[in-house]
Amino acid sequence: MTTSLKRREKLNTEIGRLERLLEIRAVEESIQTLYNDGHVRGSTHLAIGQEAVSVAIASVLRPTDIVTCTYRGHATALALGVSPEGVLGEICGRVIGCSGGMGGSMHLMDASVGLMPTFAIVGAGLPVAAGVALAAKIKKNDSVALTIFGDGSTNIGAFHETLNMASILKLPIVFVIENNLYGEYTRINLSTPISDLADRADSYAMRKEIVDGQDVDAVMKSVSAAVDYARAGNGPSLIEAKTYRYSGHSRSDPATYRTPGELDEWKKRDPLDIAAEKLISQGVLTASELQQMKSDTSSRVTQAIEVVLASEGPSLESLMQHVSEKRN
Amino acid sequence: MTVMRTRQAVIQALSDELESDPSVFLMGEDIGSGGPFKATEGLIEKFGEDRVIDTPISEMAFLGAGVGAAAMGMRPVVEMMFIEFIGVALDQLTTQGAFYRYLSRGAYQVPLTIRAAAGAGLGFGCQHSQILDQWFRGNAGISLVIPSTPQSMYGLLRSAIRSNDPVVILEHKALYGERGEVVTGEAGIIPIGQARVVTEGKDLTIVTVGSTVHTATAAMELQSEWSADIIDLQTLIPWDKTTVIKSVAKTGRLVIVEESSYSGGWGTEISSEVVSQLWGKLKTPPHRITSPDAPIPYAQELEKRYLPNPEYVESQISELLKTGKCPAPWWEGIKS
Repeated sequence: MTTSLKRREKLNTEIGRLERLLEIRAVEESIQTLYNDGHVRGSTHLAIGQEAVSVAIASVLRPTDIVTCTYRGHATALALGVSPEGVLGEICGRVIGCSGGMGGSMHLMDASVGLMPTFAIVGAGLPVAAGVALAAKIKKNDSVALTIFGDGSTNIGAFHETLNMASILKLPIVFVIENNLYGEYTRINLSTPISDLADRADSYAMRKEIVDGQDVDAVMKSVSAAVDYARAGNGPSLIEAKTYRYSGHSRSDPATYRTPGELDEWKKRDPLDIAAEKLISQGVLTASELQQMKSDTSSRVTQAIEVVLASEGPSLESLMQHVSEKRN
Repeated sequence: MTVMRTRQAVIQALSDELESDPSVFLMGEDIGSGGPFKATEGLIEKFGEDRVIDTPISEMAFLGAGVGAAAMGMRPVVEMMFIEFIGVALDQLTTQGAFYRYLSRGAYQVPLTIRAAAGAGLGFGCQHSQILDQWFRGNAGISLVIPSTPQSMYGLLRSAIRSNDPVVILEHKALYGERGEVVTGEAGIIPIGQARVVTEGKDLTIVTVGSTVHTATAAMELQSEWSADIIDLQTLIPWDKTTVIKSVAKTGRLVIVEESSYSGGWGTEISSEVVSQLWGKLKTPPHRITSPDAPIPYAQELEKRYLPNPEYVESQISELLKTGKCPAPWWEGIKS
């Protein structure tokens, strides 16, 4: 099987990035069926509609940079290089899952491409990412920390504490808000009195930028500038990517609270369509090649599901392993 | 008497308290839409946005606001969607609210209720499946209840709201869908600190709470060699010493079934108290049946194995009765 690192390298081309966008969408769309068939437990949080942010981040960062992200992390894991088998295997609780089947949908990880175990508590990934950045600063190892979180996290104390401390310590960190307009079941205007969350950087004298989260190229440009700024020792940035969540918060949320027509409006700016149309208009890709790419991706994900379903669950021994270095 | 699901018993209790006392109000994330377990469904429509308040994802702010409003004479019922979410806000309860009565020499009291979904078994992974009763132990001033049936959910929640001190009520998420008969109204209220004797037997006393009430009952039904007093503590803090001591004095044997990990579990306190009071009168050593000292695994087969199940509890008790010694837990001998 291709390693996560090799998969990461594929993001070096525009075609590779489009392929990854299509793959993430196909994986996310397969999860409901897997759930209906009894292979998925607990909850899942899909990132359909938000794929461009993750793919752009993974395209800009070095594999030695470290990412913390939330329970809505399937897209980020796939973008950073985790295979569909690794992500779907984890969601189905199989030993080939990227956390060995011990974590589930909310706890994906892959140290080889810098993905720390994803965080199931809102805002919890921010202070940890600051620690990653602090270590990089102390060790002078040129690494950058990047933390991805939702608009809801910006109302958690940890967000404010971490931004302040990162700014005062000039940490090499990039904060990326995926503003998908909903914190769990609640529209942002009902929970937050401002609409541009990037403005919160002003309180902490931090560099900020608002970016179109549906456009991979735009997000890459913005993240690239922030990463360079951090790597050069200038300190943190706060990026707000304006995006949209096509599905509900989690499996149990049908998202009936949406304004009628809102989803359709956002679908007109689908990140996959934007990326594909750009390549078609540039003459890099034909419509029939795109169709072929979609059907190849779909077969690849179908294959991955077959591999996952044929694989075993983790052993009883694994339950007691890695709890601490030495057990009493 | 009405048959309802446990989650509906939550709604009924909240609704009855909101109706009978204008100082009661609800606060939490997405409670207006009912939340992931539909345990507050329909209340915002019935009581309006002033009494069913949807908050931002800001646990420290709204738990602390609950403490402050309670100190001003309101009776807030604050919901943590999952008990783990209280981690970022714990100071407001354990270090602030819990001590206000003491520090103010009774000038302030904090009639605050904290409801939270808790417990394993549904595949939510290690950060959304814990019970975490340990986090509330050692903070004088806080009570902690864990209902096991629709009736005890209804009765204990109403008592919690009426309590003049903070009460944490851990609602087991695997029990939300279970049905049972519920006596509503004043007659259905269950006092905090009172255990329930579920079955009466002669060979041993099994002390349980929440999900393990059902585990122990099912374990006993698997065999016909022994019978037990099964006690549902209902309240963990403060627990009902009188009922437990009385039962163990009769049976001479104590087994405790806990959902959480072995180390630091609530059963250590029960066991310690029983030994202190009944020293020399016990026929076998007190025995605790728990989960191992490991995080809760996601994979279905492992999570099933992790939790004490009826077959395991039955075999542990049968061996204890046969040998007179505490049998080793299943995880002993598993290479780690």
